[in-house]
Amino acid sequence: MSVLFIVVPLALVIVGVALAGYLWAVRSGQMDDLETPGLRVLRDDE
Amino acid sequence: MATMVGAPTIPSATGAQCTHCGLPTLGADTDDVPVFCCSACATAYALINAHGLGAYHRFSERRGAAVRPSGRGFSDFDHEAFQERYVTVDGDGQARVELALEGVHCASCVWLIERVPLLVTGVVRAELDVRQNRVSVTWDPSAAALSEIARTLDALGYTPHPYRGGERAAMRRRDDRAMLIRIGVAGAIATNAMLAAVALYAGELNTMDPASLTLFRWISLGLTIPTLVWPGRVFFTSAWAALRARTVHMDVPIALALAAATTRGTINTISGSGPIYFDGVCVLVFLLLVGRFLQARGQRAASDATEQLFALTPATARLIAVDGTTLEVPADAVSLGATIAVHAGETIPVDGEVMAGESRINRAILTGESTDVRVEIGDTVFAGTLNRSAALQVRVTASGDDSRLARILAQVDEGARRRAPVVLLADRLASRLVLVVLSLAAATFFLWLRRDATAAWDNTIALLISTCPCALALATPLAMSAAVGRAARAGIFVKGGDALESLSRPGWLVLDKTGTLTLGETTLVTWHGDDVLRPVILALEATSTHPIAAGFRRAWSAVPVATASSVEHTIGGGVAGVVNGHQIMLGSPNFIASKLPQMRQGERTTADEYTPVVIAIDGEIVGRASFGDAVRPDAAASLATLRTRGWKTILLSGDADAVSRRIGTSLGFAPDEIFAEASPEEKAKHVAALVVRAGGGKAPPCVAMVGDGVNDAAAIAAATVGIGVHGGAEASLATADVAMTREGLGALVALDAGARRSMSVIRRNIIWAFGYNAVGVGLAMTGHITPLLAAILMPVSSLTVVLASWFGHTFTPEPR
Repeated sequence: MSVLFIVVPLALVIVGVALAGYLWAVRSGQMDDLETPGLRVLRDDE
Repeated sequence: MATMVGAPTIPSATGAQCTHCGLPTLGADTDDVPVFCCSACATAYALINAHGLGAYHRFSERRGAAVRPSGRGFSDFDHEAFQERYVTVDGDGQARVELALEGVHCASCVWLIERVPLLVTGVVRAELDVRQNRVSVTWDPSAAALSEIARTLDALGYTPHPYRGGERAAMRRRDDRAMLIRIGVAGAIATNAMLAAVALYAGELNTMDPASLTLFRWISLGLTIPTLVWPGRVFFTSAWAALRARTVHMDVPIALALAAATTRGTINTISGSGPIYFDGVCVLVFLLLVGRFLQARGQRAASDATEQLFALTPATARLIAVDGTTLEVPADAVSLGATIAVHAGETIPVDGEVMAGESRINRAILTGESTDVRVEIGDTVFAGTLNRSAALQVRVTASGDDSRLARILAQVDEGARRRAPVVLLADRLASRLVLVVLSLAAATFFLWLRRDATAAWDNTIALLISTCPCALALATPLAMSAAVGRAARAGIFVKGGDALESLSRPGWLVLDKTGTLTLGETTLVTWHGDDVLRPVILALEATSTHPIAAGFRRAWSAVPVATASSVEHTIGGGVAGVVNGHQIMLGSPNFIASKLPQMRQGERTTADEYTPVVIAIDGEIVGRASFGDAVRPDAAASLATLRTRGWKTILLSGDADAVSRRIGTSLGFAPDEIFAEASPEEKAKHVAALVVRAGGGKAPPCVAMVGDGVNDAAAIAAATVGIGVHGGAEASLATADVAMTREGLGALVALDAGARRSMSVIRRNIIWAFGYNAVGVGLAMTGHITPLLAAILMPVSSLTVVLASWFGHTFTPEPR
């Protein structure tokens, strides 16, 4: 079971990377307007 | 040969849908020929098609409301003072401005508005934020004037205003991002703590080697500490603030449970035995933050309130210097006694007295009156009102914050600020819960202490954790946001759940008349005459901006228009012209009588408040029409339903006493429930008095104000719940807690029913939450709670509440 000592911390590192990506997205304003971009593609030049 | 165009309601719509907005018209249904409900729609249609954007009219979801352009020239948008204040110019010479738009509704609006670069050459980009009704326009100032862009948006039905809330919006965006970051961090940690917990519980059933066991327990601890000190800190600071203010709210028991569980879990992790509770703590923080976010989002919409109101007066005024030249100055800086010029079609920037010229003024913004009022030398005009027909010179008596409009807006602000926050049911229960929990915890501790000290500690902490009002804290925000979502799909926009809770306690329902109970525009009520006259009448009225002319065009938009020559308008009288060699006259009975002395006296009198119009051909009277503000067709039935549900209805109108009483009585208002000739200030005072009469206490009956204009905005802000009806001024919709996008008063009935059902969903949620808590308390006090049981009990209780909120039958979609 000693493999756990490697893969569990590794999993947490991956979570950290994903979280960093999310924080970047929020801080760069991608979550500011969640409504308009969705509507925009609906009517994209038919 | 008399045809009645409907009873005194709206003209009966029998024909095709308006090609632009989809509203019914009187025209025949043909596939190839476009039909319109009004000339504004025809203009917008032509504008859109001329630039190859015809695809717009093939979208199934469109405005569903007639285009109502303000018709302003927007020349103030080009002034230096305006540009300096609102426009930013970047390095490569492109200018950017944020404009608040009226009338933005749907996906098709996004499509159309963002194609403004195709309509106006020189516009580089237009980006819309649907939720905020705000467009950010980037353009090349050397190729296009801002006024031209503004006029195009206006013609499409999206009247633009400069957006003045930049700073507040930036602050709010920061808050929003901080909240999203907290939720993201808490969510990532919670899911991983759960994974560790699953490993631990699985390990408990089989055998797990002690090293892995220790690993997962320490990892859980390592995950929990950051979630408490970063995202979870808000609960501790808020609980501490409450305790310092000597009050108790939901955050106190939550903080207590979080602290107890973490302390116990940490001790057990270090000692290597006993339950750790970390998974529960992490999930709890995450779910509570989600609940809080939903709540904040709803409340913030309500606090947007007065922001849009500030855009109602122009930013600049045209000052007339001593030597007769004019000079642009910021409107706030105009000194008293100075004289300014106001062109036709412009909004008057200050309060003042007319020194020269005569014109018609639309004062709807202050009085809610749709009809234009004539002003001449010596009359008083107010900031924010629209100068319709001719240039005026105005001597300034008040400007900036002293103008009547600014004072009303200040009242709106104050009303919104002073409004006592509604103490939500869940918070009231939470404060009692804390006392119960603390006494139960004390009882458990002392009862067990006599038998076993360790068990006493264990069971007391288990009790604190299992009574954590997790489900209770989620019950209200979740049910509210689910109900608000359903309401929005039903055409009712509720800003903040506290409005729903208040509305479930019927009290007084105060209604404005013009535009709320009535349609609020000059409508053709009766028509007696030959149908062949219609094209002739339209020919005479084709170019007029008079409300009567607009009323004819709206009612007969599909009727072909004849050609008229030598058309002559008489202000305040009527219009005369020649069609097919016949002399046609159209106007008020007095106007016709002045031209036709033979007109009998009896024919000159007309009943009540409707405006009569007489048509004469070659000196002979051939037709009559009357115009008025018609009562909404569903008003009587809706009011009757609301009365049976316990609402006391009150009519509060700025209109004349006689008219208000006649309409009020016909709609079933008792004489002492009708209050007429009320100024915006008096309306607000009246509503505030009712709120006082309703009393304070924990659950006072609701005082709801229903209105449509800026003249109702202060009253809407003063009420417990303000409601803006469909078609109302954007400003009053912004101030209101509830805004309708659904036509008519039927929406009020739906709102009342929906609010009641939402509250019963909330009560059911709270009963569930308490049920789980009671089971938890029972198990903890008898020493039967196990870590696995606690871990199952907590999420299951939350999940029940989530599902119950989601499937709660609150608002039914609008019947189509």
